[in-house]
Amino acid sequence: MSREMICINCPMGCRLTVDDSDKNNIQVSGNTCPRGVTYAVNEITAPKRMVTGSVAVEGGAVAMVSVKTREAIPKELIFDSLEQLKSVKLTAPVHIGDIVVSNVCGCGVDFIATKNVEAL
Amino acid sequence: MKKVNLVIVGGGPAGLAAAKAAYDAGERDILILEREAELGGILNQCIHNGFGLHTFKEELTGPEYAARYIEEVKKRNICYKLEATVIDVSKDKVVTYVSATDGLVQIQSKALILACGCRERPRGAINIAGMRGAGVFSAGTAQKLVNIDGYLPGKEVVILGSGDIGLIMARRMTFEGAHVKAVVELMPYSSGLNRNIVQCLNDFNIPLYFSHTVVDIKGGDRVEGVVIAQVDDKLQPIKSTERLIECDTLLLSVGLLPENELAKDADVVLSPTTGGAVVDENLMTNVDGVFECGNVLHVHDLVDFVSAESENAGKSAVDYINGIQLTKDKNVIVCTNGVRYCVPTVLNKDEIYAEQSFKMRVANVFKKVELAVFADGVKVYGRKRPVVAPGEMENIKLTAEQMKVLKQAKTVEITLIKGENK
Repeated sequence: MSREMICINCPMGCRLTVDDSDKNNIQVSGNTCPRGVTYAVNEITAPKRMVTGSVAVEGGAVAMVSVKTREAIPKELIFDSLEQLKSVKLTAPVHIGDIVVSNVCGCGVDFIATKNVEAL
Repeated sequence: MKKVNLVIVGGGPAGLAAAKAAYDAGERDILILEREAELGGILNQCIHNGFGLHTFKEELTGPEYAARYIEEVKKRNICYKLEATVIDVSKDKVVTYVSATDGLVQIQSKALILACGCRERPRGAINIAGMRGAGVFSAGTAQKLVNIDGYLPGKEVVILGSGDIGLIMARRMTFEGAHVKAVVELMPYSSGLNRNIVQCLNDFNIPLYFSHTVVDIKGGDRVEGVVIAQVDDKLQPIKSTERLIECDTLLLSVGLLPENELAKDADVVLSPTTGGAVVDENLMTNVDGVFECGNVLHVHDLVDFVSAESENAGKSAVDYINGIQLTKDKNVIVCTNGVRYCVPTVLNKDEIYAEQSFKMRVANVFKKVELAVFADGVKVYGRKRPVVAPGEMENIKLTAEQMKVLKQAKTVEITLIKGENK
């Protein structure tokens, strides 16, 4: 079956045409870079998303520190991963790349800080 | 009066990139004035990913992208002042700022870069009828409340406008436990990125109603619901289609406006289309030595393009300080046939021919078109595009040779050649 899809890898948002009649040989066109093919295949077989959020931090110049999953995690884990974030309490200093939650929901990916918050 | 060669108003992505480029072009006497308590501007609250693919060839979040430039500025020991609000700039390039530590300070600059960004169009600008209680926020305000201050401003949410901030906030509010009941868009298309419709709305089954608007806000002290209606092709609400959506919060994502009050103080001529200054290819305004870059000049889709543009402004400002003569003779670029605007707006009639990028937006969605540049009626450049849309800024690059032709021409026109437009 042929279907239309929008690649979400980058703001270009390429319009992909994907033929997945043969699940072992998914045909992708309309992409402008190789990541489009990976995206389309993943989207059909095992969709993944980056998750970003923010966590309270104590003793710093600001109240919240932003975080992201180091890489995309399985889409069905989005809300479970956010639930894990809620129990986290950080203390300044926090630096970009610091691990905030390791091995989120057992999927092997960490939540890491995306902002530097120095201690007051 | 204190003297500084180059004053940059705004420490967001535009100001940071301009400062870095000015330093690298040899200028050492630079001062960035930032009204917030930290550098980075709006990027600090844009905690989602998707920034930096062009500039750094990797996908960063807003704070990470800002941190890269902040580090570059700090590495160069470029001076900056935080919590310093510029309240006036004059056409003689005197900058007046206030801060709690310095009081009121005036600085005579040799060149001035306005990099003060844009602000959100408020409720008052779109005249929504109804109550005036709590629960109506601009999407950016809600973004700041959630991401910077850690407050969730509402639980049952309707969003008016499908620009990127509205879409991003639909997902963000959902992540934090709110229920986003609908995104309502006046136009028959979204001005946001396609990827954001997919990953911020479709992923969470949030309905997007095109050609709809909010006609009334119900409630008392707090919003209790909004009335939405379909609009006709003249964008007028159709009475019979009105329906109530119960909610406690309405977020407005209805456009961004370059913040040019300071530019007006300095007698800078503004474009009625962009709301930003009329600038030449050096990003200089009609006022000698006053430059604009970033969202104060025209609202961009991608911060990467803001950085690139601002580096150009930084370099040009240094050229100006070093006394490189600029011509007074300018040629207006005419935009026709669906091209709404182009930056630069004018070209100097000089003999400096360098590679030049032109950024533009179209007025509507067009399929199978060619973006073309004409000099005295002769096509100098053409680029075929399968689809162009108002929400996606078009960026074309002309070579030094092509620029020579343009600069020597009497008329320069940027237009859309429409082929099989069905």
